[in-house]
Amino acid sequence: MADLPRVVITGVGLTSPNGNHLAEFRANLLSGVSGVVPYEIRYFGPTVAGVCHFEATRYQNRKALRRGTRAGSIAIYCANEAVRDAGIDLDQVGRHRVGVYVGTTEHGNVETEQMIHEVSQYDYDLSFWSHHHNPRTVANNPAGEITLNLGITGPHYCIGGACAGGNLGLIQGVQMLQLGQVDLALAGGVSESIHTFGIFASFQSEGALGKHEDPTRVSRPFDKNRNGIVVSEGGCLYTLERLEDARRRGAHIYAEVLGYHVNSDATDFVLPNPHRQNECMRAAIAHAGLEPEGIHLVSTHATSTPLGDIQECQALREVFGDSPTTHINNTKSFVGHTMGAAGSLELAGNLPSLNDGVIHPTINIEELDPDCDLRGLVINEPKQVDRIDSVLNLSFGMLGINSAVVIGRPQ
Amino acid sequence: MTKEDIVLVIKDIIATIAPDEELSGLTLSDPLREQIELDSMDFLDIVMELRKRYGVVVPEEDYGQLASLESCANYLEPAMAGKEMNIGV
Repeated sequence: MADLPRVVITGVGLTSPNGNHLAEFRANLLSGVSGVVPYEIRYFGPTVAGVCHFEATRYQNRKALRRGTRAGSIAIYCANEAVRDAGIDLDQVGRHRVGVYVGTTEHGNVETEQMIHEVSQYDYDLSFWSHHHNPRTVANNPAGEITLNLGITGPHYCIGGACAGGNLGLIQGVQMLQLGQVDLALAGGVSESIHTFGIFASFQSEGALGKHEDPTRVSRPFDKNRNGIVVSEGGCLYTLERLEDARRRGAHIYAEVLGYHVNSDATDFVLPNPHRQNECMRAAIAHAGLEPEGIHLVSTHATSTPLGDIQECQALREVFGDSPTTHINNTKSFVGHTMGAAGSLELAGNLPSLNDGVIHPTINIEELDPDCDLRGLVINEPKQVDRIDSVLNLSFGMLGINSAVVIGRPQ
Repeated sequence: MTKEDIVLVIKDIIATIAPDEELSGLTLSDPLREQIELDSMDFLDIVMELRKRYGVVVPEEDYGQLASLESCANYLEPAMAGKEMNIGV
């Protein structure tokens, strides 16, 4: 990213099915702790999901919780945690110079389903439809709730990017900092998707909803017997700053965003396209000024579907070949698919690797699928390596959107 | 329902929509918005809860009648006559 200001990650706020701050999340990724549990939702019935248990009232009163959405609450928790982690005084930055960029897979399904259920109790009399419906379902809701909560008067919006949303929020934050539109970005992604029965039912109808008698083993990317996705909620927002600003205030720097790329398959509503994934990865790596061998860790998107995992592996094999310096892992094997949060959340769990050289594994592989037998895949147990200088974070989504972000050890 | 009952009903609804507020010190005659933090969306919540819990429809031109507990009781007394209290929902 020559000639543009360098942008760094200085704070992390997250909630995951297996952790409500980075240290807890990371510890559970290293010790094999899943966050997937039995779950039941209206109309659909018993299933499994990744459920978050963050303390919502830490940053919101009960009235605000009642008025807002689950996605808004997740976003508020993550934003406050990130600001606190970064040690940033928003008044010192200037609240009008803060931008909020939140990636989402979808928004509004939860509230719409709830409203239809409520009016069904009144013979579908729409005079019982809530006046809260519109502010809860507008596409900027989670980002807007952050600004209301923190008194931020800079720009805010959500970026609908299917399951690439988390990466897209991060990329948008980088770009706005580089353009000088803001001095601090709160950027990443959130998901409330486990509260909409429709997403479970639709994955079920696609034959893409995972099953296993043990909830913690349902999500098992690259395993020969994998059979589908686990739907999860979660969120992860970063504080992003220009490197010079971060240095000036003596901030702790987690990583530098070295490069990124986003492209489209233009081939299918649902099925991925490994050729476009390949192009996306290569473009992001080149944007970072690296060669594939310079990527020391790839955080895969793999969702535990039979076809999707194989196609991603095909793309990875084509890009990284026999690169001896590249390792590969996956976070969804622990927490399921956190949808709009996945991009930013999965990256967060790998940030500490830049310092400690430890790679968390992909778990739940009983029998590795030969089609997913990638060189460098870290299976079931963490791996200590000499050093991790860079991470390629992959997130792909429906309608054929591919995103790749490269972060590196701050120099 | 008596006017006293209606006051309890309104306070019960407010407890639902503004759960952080302390309601024991509310006066009958002072405007609710001067005593606790309620905005226009909250008053729409009161209207909606009256509709859901008691089948009472408050037309928009009468929203001003809900300003205080006393004005609520006076305004709603005819519509709430003969209805059972449904509090603690």
